[in-house]
Amino acid sequence: MSNKILVFLEQRNGLIKKQSFEPARKGFSLSKEINCEVTGLLIGDEITNINSLEEHGLTNVVHLKNSKLKNYSSTAYSKLVYDFAKERGYNILLFSHTALGKDLAPIVAAKLDAGYGADCTSLTINNGNLIAERPIFAGKALMNFSLNSEVKVFTLRPNSVSLTDDGYRVQTNVIINEINDEQLDLRSMVIDFEKAEGKLDVAEADIIVSGGRGMKGPENFYLLEELAQLIGGAVGASRAVVDAGWRPHSEQVGQTGKTVSPKLYIACGISGAIQHLAGMSSSKCIVAINKDKDAPIFQVADYGIVGDVLEILPKLKNELKKYLE
Amino acid sequence: MQIVVTLSHVPDTATKIKISSDRKSIDPAGVSFVINPYDEFAIEEGLRTKEKFGGNVIIVSYGNDGAKESIKKALAMGADKGILIKGDLNVDSLTVAKALATKISELKPDVVFCGKQSVDYDSSAVAQMLAELLNLPSISTVVSLEFSDGKLKAKREVEGGLEIVESTLPAIITAQKGLNEPRYASIKGIMAAKSKPIEEATFDASQNKLSVNELRLPDSKRKSRIFDSEDASISELVRLLREEAKVI
Ligand SMILES: Cc1cc2nc3c(=O)[nH]c(=O)nc-3n(C[C@H](O)[C@H](O)[C@H](O)COP(=O)(O)OP(=O)(O)OC[C@H]3O[C@@H](n4cnc5c(N)ncnc54)[C@H](O)[C@@H]3O)c2cc1C
Ligand SMILES: Nc1ncnc2c1ncn2[C@@H]1O[C@H](COP(=O)(O)O)[C@@H](O)[C@H]1O
Repeated sequence: MSNKILVFLEQRNGLIKKQSFEPARKGFSLSKEINCEVTGLLIGDEITNINSLEEHGLTNVVHLKNSKLKNYSSTAYSKLVYDFAKERGYNILLFSHTALGKDLAPIVAAKLDAGYGADCTSLTINNGNLIAERPIFAGKALMNFSLNSEVKVFTLRPNSVSLTDDGYRVQTNVIINEINDEQLDLRSMVIDFEKAEGKLDVAEADIIVSGGRGMKGPENFYLLEELAQLIGGAVGASRAVVDAGWRPHSEQVGQTGKTVSPKLYIACGISGAIQHLAGMSSSKCIVAINKDKDAPIFQVADYGIVGDVLEILPKLKNELKKYLE
Repeated sequence: MQIVVTLSHVPDTATKIKISSDRKSIDPAGVSFVINPYDEFAIEEGLRTKEKFGGNVIIVSYGNDGAKESIKKALAMGADKGILIKGDLNVDSLTVAKALATKISELKPDVVFCGKQSVDYDSSAVAQMLAELLNLPSISTVVSLEFSDGKLKAKREVEGGLEIVESTLPAIITAQKGLNEPRYASIKGIMAAKSKPIEEATFDASQNKLSVNELRLPDSKRKSRIFDSEDASISELVRLLREEAKVI
């Protein structure tokens, strides 16, 4: 059977999410390697940034359009992706492992009776076969695997595919398919959104400045907020400080919080318990600040400073400021 | 209300993971198993739903005999009955969902509570697949929930906030931390659990679609350059972040 790759492009409020450019790039590079077609699939109402797909290699995009599809509906979206893939014989489906992607992809996989590989950090071709790798046991081990089904569905962990601009541009042609209301299964649908208080969500940030019990109290977190603001990051937290009520649960990083893999993670007064590491150990660069030189966080850190975080943070901020000015 | 809760029996999150000599599975020696932490939230939500609307809470697990230990804990918390479906453990999410679906479809649930993720293979997939196999809508990573007029209204955690989702019933919910605070089993509960039934079934898992090539431990490529807190060290750190790591 010949291969056909379908990339699901996630939008929120009419904007294709940055995370979707990763499966787009991956789909494009795989399609070159195995010499096959790749198509992007967009579901939503008006989309304003389709142009941004041009630097990620997608020449063909199909937009399934209806005003009721502006917000996510797992029942409607899954049926549309399934019908599209089934009808046109797509056998490799790529999603990003975002809140929406990890909800939608398994439903689509079940509809297609496909093999499913979630949260992959690598997807390569070896002798014509797709080989994937994903972290298991909260990153304590890695599983290298293949799917032996005809149709294969994968989600990619955000920040696992590099998006550096290599100057390559294609022309993206978009075909709009208007979807009738009768085609929509809206048994489950998003009717509203409550924005979290924080400015930038840890799950989407490129830089995270995270605080633990070593910050001593909620009143000191302004130090992290200032630093985050300076370098364009989000504030994260350990469970200990979330449980203590110093920070909201939406900021919690770890096993029972969010899994993040930003390019820079700065852990401030965090001991590095295994459940915390579970959420951040795949970050590109990890900096730890802790007064205990034996704290386990130093074992996963690229750079560390041993000392009092409350004294170090203002100095670090000043140094960074000098560089950024 | 007919309330079903799925339960996976998983290694404790603090367990050190060792890879078996075949390099394809985890060495179970010395590993202590627990109820998947997210399934505890699911059990608690099931019990609260029963306390509000009446009915039964039935625990369904796909696993081996070891899972009975976790099922018993759920019965001690207050669930009414357990079902253990036995089959090969090294299988993909869809196979687990199919195994669960065979029994759960017979139970004709009004609502099914699952965890948002098993903390062993971390797929976050079984519940949504189960929903599809039962032709039910699902809402995942739910932090608050309300039944009204034969409908469900849930808040679900997504990047940057909470989505308010409305769904018809029956439906499948996956529990995220924050949904509730799971109770401890009381002595009375533990005693009562002794006489509660655990039904057994088997499932042929030969349709598995995933083959493991190899498990390995992550290689630490970290530089681990640790400095003191002198001013010079801090400026050196900033220089390295800028020039070596190129992250700011
Ligand atoms: C099932 C389960 C799930 C869990 N999920 C999560 C999760 O999702 N996320 C999570 O984070 N945790 C989780 N935990 C909790 C985890 O085990 C730890 O308890 C928690 O991460 C500790 O938080 P902490 O590092 O802030 O606090 P501590 O462990 O108390 O560490 C504080 C650190 O600050 C340092 N320190 C103190 N004062 C200073 C100072 N002035 N300057 C510099 N350093 C200082 C100390 O040396 C210490 O290393 C979970 C636990 C369980 C059992
Ligand atoms: N073997 C299993 N038996 C029963 N329920 C399971 C099993 N595996 C997963 N589940 C349920 O599905 C949820 C998501 O699991 P997973 O897709 O494995 O991350 C878990 O929290 C459980 O509620």
